[in-house]
Amino acid sequence: MTTHRSRSVSPDDVDFKDGIQEVDPVTGYDTTGHRWNGIRELNTPFPRLVLVILMLTFIYSVIAWVLLPAWPIGKSYTHGILGLTQEGEAISGFVAIEKTRQSWLSRFDKPDFAALAADKLLLAKAMPAAVRLFEDNCAVCHGQKGTGGPGFPNLADAYWLWSGEPKEIAQTITVGINSTDDDARFAQMPAFDSLSRSDRKKLADYVTALPQGKTSAKDPASALFADNCAPCHGDDATGGLENGAPSLADHSVIYGQDRHTVLTTLAHGRQGVMPAWSNRLSSAEINLLALYVAQLASKQNERTK
Amino acid sequence: MIPIQKLHYNLEKVSMGLVAAIIFAASIGGIVEIAPLFTIKETVEVPEDLRPLAPLELAGRQIYIREGCYACHSQMIRSLSDEIDRYGPYSLAAESAYDHPMLWGSKRTGPDLARVGRKYSDAWHVKHLINPRHVVPTSIMPVYPWLMEELDTSLLSAQVSTLHRLGVPYDTSQLENVKTDVLAQSQPDSDEAEGIAKRYGKDVAVRAFDGNPEKLTEMDAVVAYLQSLGTRTKEPYKILSEKPK
Ligand code: HEC
Ligand code: HEC
Ligand code: HEC
Repeated sequence: MTTHRSRSVSPDDVDFKDGIQEVDPVTGYDTTGHRWNGIRELNTPFPRLVLVILMLTFIYSVIAWVLLPAWPIGKSYTHGILGLTQEGEAISGFVAIEKTRQSWLSRFDKPDFAALAADKLLLAKAMPAAVRLFEDNCAVCHGQKGTGGPGFPNLADAYWLWSGEPKEIAQTITVGINSTDDDARFAQMPAFDSLSRSDRKKLADYVTALPQGKTSAKDPASALFADNCAPCHGDDATGGLENGAPSLADHSVIYGQDRHTVLTTLAHGRQGVMPAWSNRLSSAEINLLALYVAQLASKQNERTK
Repeated sequence: MIPIQKLHYNLEKVSMGLVAAIIFAASIGGIVEIAPLFTIKETVEVPEDLRPLAPLELAGRQIYIREGCYACHSQMIRSLSDEIDRYGPYSLAAESAYDHPMLWGSKRTGPDLARVGRKYSDAWHVKHLINPRHVVPTSIMPVYPWLMEELDTSLLSAQVSTLHRLGVPYDTSQLENVKTDVLAQSQPDSDEAEGIAKRYGKDVAVRAFDGNPEKLTEMDAVVAYLQSLGTRTKEPYKILSEKPK
């Protein structure tokens, strides 16, 4: 590499004092032949190691062309003799994830909740997964800890719209409430704009006082309630009729049981939507979540006891 | 000096020529990788059941672009196993065949939205868009309360026609009824609501998305659009149902 090469220099290359390449005496490398005010530039050879690595990448790319999908040819492409695709890899990776999970999740295929809840070893594995499922799918509405918020019921207390039995909870998750699923649970609080405003106000005061137990049967609103509301909310307003109408006599609320909110509820009606999950979650995952939700409530119970 | 070295040597002295040569060299990779995607059948096969966006959904898409939602949300599930596990089947290129421009994105400050349709209720979306902190206390998503204002539909017919000219298969009846359909999709009890199912399929959501059928708002449009994401073709879902056991 240290041979002297000369090349022609055009006359307008004013920077060049001469076009002679020479060997730098200190490093032993060629110079480029350029010279700026007496400063010459070394023509340092490309490091051998990098050249070798570069050659290896070329060799690898030829091997890759043979093994992997590589060259486009019109409407198709060379598939490579391994027949691998990005999509296929993703699917088989996903199948592998599912298989590992299936080793314990398959126990939840059969909703024998009493047996499942008693298996402490199984729960140690399953509950962390349930927490993740809940956070991915349910937490935006029901809250990270299941405590709900205005319009979205608290799942961590002992008060239920439908039922706190894991089997029923699984059904709620599967079909949803007022969802687009054909078998969805249906719950509608009708608008009572047909009642006079003063009647609505009386009812609102009555309903607001219910949780404190400060109502009396002599109250004229009590008759209004019996006529209009009891068919769904129950004679004593404690709900439990399996029609999604909540108890109005306890401290648990969906939208709120202050006078203003109740008036809004009466004027416009309510029909909360809980989406159906049968298309997104497997039945085993739904059963797992049902057990998790049921336990949220009983954990809370232990705390308040 | 071998000829190629000579070429390079001479090129270095013509700066515009060098620029052109650099652009040419750098585009080879792009040409080889990207251009075939337009000819290889596998990538361009549009599913038969893919439907174009209904007018209200299209209006929502325009607002989605206007508000820059794509800056934080991708609409492309990558073909990686953990993405399938979290979001569902990976996105097919053909799913966005009717999107001009497509909104795949790559920045995920928030979650991917490609399969968010039907996951949450309309009421949740409305609450969340007005102020995300009302439902997700730790959210860093901005508030969009002005979406409750009236939807401007004056350009919508022109937008649908433009898409039609770009190859989106809106048929004559769809093109003629843009003005009726945009309103009807948010008024489930109106006489015109049936037209939506007739023209766009019975899977299209016809609801008072913002809770008020009387007023057509930008919120109606955005929520209708969000509820349509991932629901316009069943093709991707076959990936998982036909997977090897
Ligand atoms: C889009 C918001 C939303 C999401 C997401 C959501 N829910 Fe709900 N859920 C609701 C609403 C609203 C209700 C109450 C419906 C009503 O008002 O009648 C409800 C009710 C329920 C109930 C019935 C409670 C009772 O007292 O009987 C259960 C159980 C439940 N949800 C569990 C879940 C689980 C588990 C998930 C996650 C897979 C989930 N929800 C995701 C909105 C949601
Ligand atoms: C057709 C059955 C039905 C009738 C009749 C009915 N309700 Fe309801 N009510 C419901 C249902 C179902 C809900 C739950 C709605 C939801 O979750 O979205 C509800 C919810 C409520 C709520 C909200 C509770 C909360 O926690 O925020 C109030 C208040 C209420 N009803 C009061 C009344 C009053 C007062 C009357 C009589 C004027 C009445 N309801 C009549 C079914 C009914
Ligand atoms: C600054 C970034 C940012 C912007 C801009 C933004 N978002 Fe978000 N978005 C987030 C984050 C972070 C979350 C997750 C927390 C939450 O649920 O609020 C989220 C969540 C969501 C979700 C729920 C997704 C899920 O699967 O839980 C939807 C739907 C959504 N955003 C829609 C929108 C729309 C529509 C717009 C434009 C009007 C928008 N976002 C703009 C950051 C953003």
